[in-house]
Amino acid sequence: MAKSAASWLKPVPAGLYCAPGDFFIDPAQGVPRAIITHAHSDHARGGHEAALATADTLAIMRLRLGEGAPRRPQALAYRQPLRVGDVTVTLLPAGHILGSAQVVMDYKGQRAVVSGDYKRAPDPTCDPFEVAPCDVFVTEATFGLPVFTHEKPEHEVAKLLASLTDFPERTHQIGVYGLGKCQRLIALLRRAGYDRPIWLHGALRSITDHYIARGQNLGPVPSVAESHDKLAGEIVLCPPSALGDRWSRRFADPLVGFASGWMRVRGRARQRGVELPLIISDHADWPELIQTITDTAAPAIWVTHGREEALVHAATAMGRSARALNLVGLEDEGE
Amino acid sequence: MKPFATLLDRLTYTPSRLGKLTLMRHHFQTGPDPERGLALAALTDGLDISFPVRRVIGELAEGRFDPELFRLSRDYVGDTAETLALIWPARDAPDPPQLSEVVAALATLPRARYAEALAGWLDRLDAVGRWALLKFLGGALRVGVSARLAKTALAEAFGRPVEDIEEKWHGQVPPYTELFDWLEGRRAHLPVSEAPVFKPLMLAVPLEAADFDALALADFAAEWKWDGIRVQMAGGRGETRIFSRGAEDITASFPDIAHAFPHHATVDGELLVLRGTDIAPFADLQQRLNRKSPSAAMMQKYPAHVRLYDALELDGEDLRALPFTERRARLDAWFARVRPHHCDLSPLLSFASKEDLRAAWQGTRDEGIEGLMLKRRDSPYLAGRPKGHWFKWKRAALTADCVLLYAQRGSGKRSSYYSDYTFACWQGGGDARHLVPVGKAYSGFTDEELMRLDRFVRAHTIERFGPVRSVEPRLVLEVAFDGIQKSSRHKSGIAMRFPRIARIRWDKPAGEPDEEETLRPMITS
Repeated sequence: MAKSAASWLKPVPAGLYCAPGDFFIDPAQGVPRAIITHAHSDHARGGHEAALATADTLAIMRLRLGEGAPRRPQALAYRQPLRVGDVTVTLLPAGHILGSAQVVMDYKGQRAVVSGDYKRAPDPTCDPFEVAPCDVFVTEATFGLPVFTHEKPEHEVAKLLASLTDFPERTHQIGVYGLGKCQRLIALLRRAGYDRPIWLHGALRSITDHYIARGQNLGPVPSVAESHDKLAGEIVLCPPSALGDRWSRRFADPLVGFASGWMRVRGRARQRGVELPLIISDHADWPELIQTITDTAAPAIWVTHGREEALVHAATAMGRSARALNLVGLEDEGE
Repeated sequence: MKPFATLLDRLTYTPSRLGKLTLMRHHFQTGPDPERGLALAALTDGLDISFPVRRVIGELAEGRFDPELFRLSRDYVGDTAETLALIWPARDAPDPPQLSEVVAALATLPRARYAEALAGWLDRLDAVGRWALLKFLGGALRVGVSARLAKTALAEAFGRPVEDIEEKWHGQVPPYTELFDWLEGRRAHLPVSEAPVFKPLMLAVPLEAADFDALALADFAAEWKWDGIRVQMAGGRGETRIFSRGAEDITASFPDIAHAFPHHATVDGELLVLRGTDIAPFADLQQRLNRKSPSAAMMQKYPAHVRLYDALELDGEDLRALPFTERRARLDAWFARVRPHHCDLSPLLSFASKEDLRAAWQGTRDEGIEGLMLKRRDSPYLAGRPKGHWFKWKRAALTADCVLLYAQRGSGKRSSYYSDYTFACWQGGGDARHLVPVGKAYSGFTDEELMRLDRFVRAHTIERFGPVRSVEPRLVLEVAFDGIQKSSRHKSGIAMRFPRIARIRWDKPAGEPDEEETLRPMITS
């Protein structure tokens, strides 16, 4: 099957195109028909005519894209097969963020799965990844190097709480991506027993409110703008771009943290001037990438974005037929 | 190992001195013996570990990891030891090795078994632990902590003055168990060391204008302030040690001086490189300071010398309680008698009036002289920086008008401000006239001025390169500096010593700053 798989699913400039279903998956530009794996902006671009995704993904796209949201959205629940053209499409949880899905395509007895972004580690804010055995597995490779093994998130949260004890006079200002990481870090802090308010930068408000509306119990999460205080000894979450920016001058000698899988590498943390690196990632680490290739049992592995070279090398060594797709426009917005 | 690894990890990411002190204090207060003492050793004088880290890492990586994956990882991470620490497979090991276990094993382990032993330890550690162990074995920690800072943290942890620690320090050896016993009150006295020990130095305070006005000239002795480094030479029982101002033992860098001083004495002086009677530029002294065991050629090329100005102990007698004039008289008599090699005396200067004194201060531009020292004649030798006894009066700084060219974001508290400034002078004439960078400064301004400078930078940015912005060349900075040296590393061919912002000339047009040629005559080396 390895050869014929390429014939109905192909990488083209706009993205991954499924011919018998006449749709793109996570295209880099507006298209007539798209399937969206999740709502991070490098996957969920504006300007599509029709788009199929989970209800959560569509709701978040509306929040983030406004006018640019798909004109004809169609929600599809996990595990519900849907006929699209000659292809049967099923969405399965990807474990990446709320609403994130793998796209399973069955056509003429062959199955291809596009992982989108995914992780295998437990996350209290989204459904866990489900393995779908397939003939072609299209995988992400954001952390596609064997140096990336993410720490247990509980361990990293403990690091943050220890720092609050060491430096109670300083505001702990933690950079997080607004969709997914922010809400997951709050949920992790709550599970560790931290019950003080967790203060939010304005840019994190609407998505966090959506998570709460969807039933996440995140405790008190006031906006920084509501405070007249320097928030010494408190946790403030903000987008990475606000770290070390003028906005941060309102705080008490801010201690800058950053929650990201990239923090595993010291040079990356230092480059950003981070004082408290927290290795918390919403992407699969290297052992998870390898484990998933094994679990899907797919003879063909296509690597979409990230450090493709090493993963292609490793998959080839595992006896798979592996190739890099070199799709444009996919970055690591979620990290 | 885990508390030590956590400490190193946090220290590398914590830029501020206060933050580092807090982390080390907690470690010394809460750590068990002998682990905290070994950590203290690693942060100060080291443990004399000679573990061939690079070779052993090479051995371990080979065969264990796919070479292609290791190469790609190494290229991404940028550091081989860190790559190994990260790529090493995680095992849920409940029993990480202690530092003491590692140190004890290394004392007896044959070199052929290093790789096997290291692999065993790495298997029992998490990623941060593996990284810290490799750093520990490599010797130089490079976590931005000086020996002095670690001792300060130790002193703060147990509510003692750092001078107490320094006075006891050189009689103690890792893992410093007796020192901790003494600090925690389980031991009243520490055994007296056989070797010569460091005695805390008496330091001078800068002379302010008000001090000068209030100064009663007759009460003070004056000396030149020499442009070298302050050292204490302590000899006795057939051994001589040389300590820096920060109590660091630098004997290994200056065997020529130490061997030439077989005296039972502790003296205070300035370490210089001296050729005949000429003091060599400070850069020459730095050549010697950077070398742990200098070659004979090196010692001949950069001959070291100590210019003495005080004595703490002579022939076994502690002189510290005596007044300065008495100590100095004893030093002179002792010097005339024993004639120590590679040493001379810093002459006492006399001034008829304060006007003469000021004139001498203003006139000092000689190589090797930084200004004047004023020492109260009746002061005993007091540890630390007591007020009103010794004054340092640095010669007036040189200044130049320069134009701000680039600004870079600071770190820590200053990370939201453009606080590091590269400035330039004009070079060439006519159409070829252009600005050439001559230095970089990040001090000398107030917090209010910093905010205004930051606004200026943001409002006049031409281009951005990561944390650096180039700005329109229109703001004139009056830069103060201690000297100018030739430099092949700078485009302009000159380098300033200790540049800082003296004044911000918001009023002055940028066409007027100095020509690079006007700086050239100030070059001293």
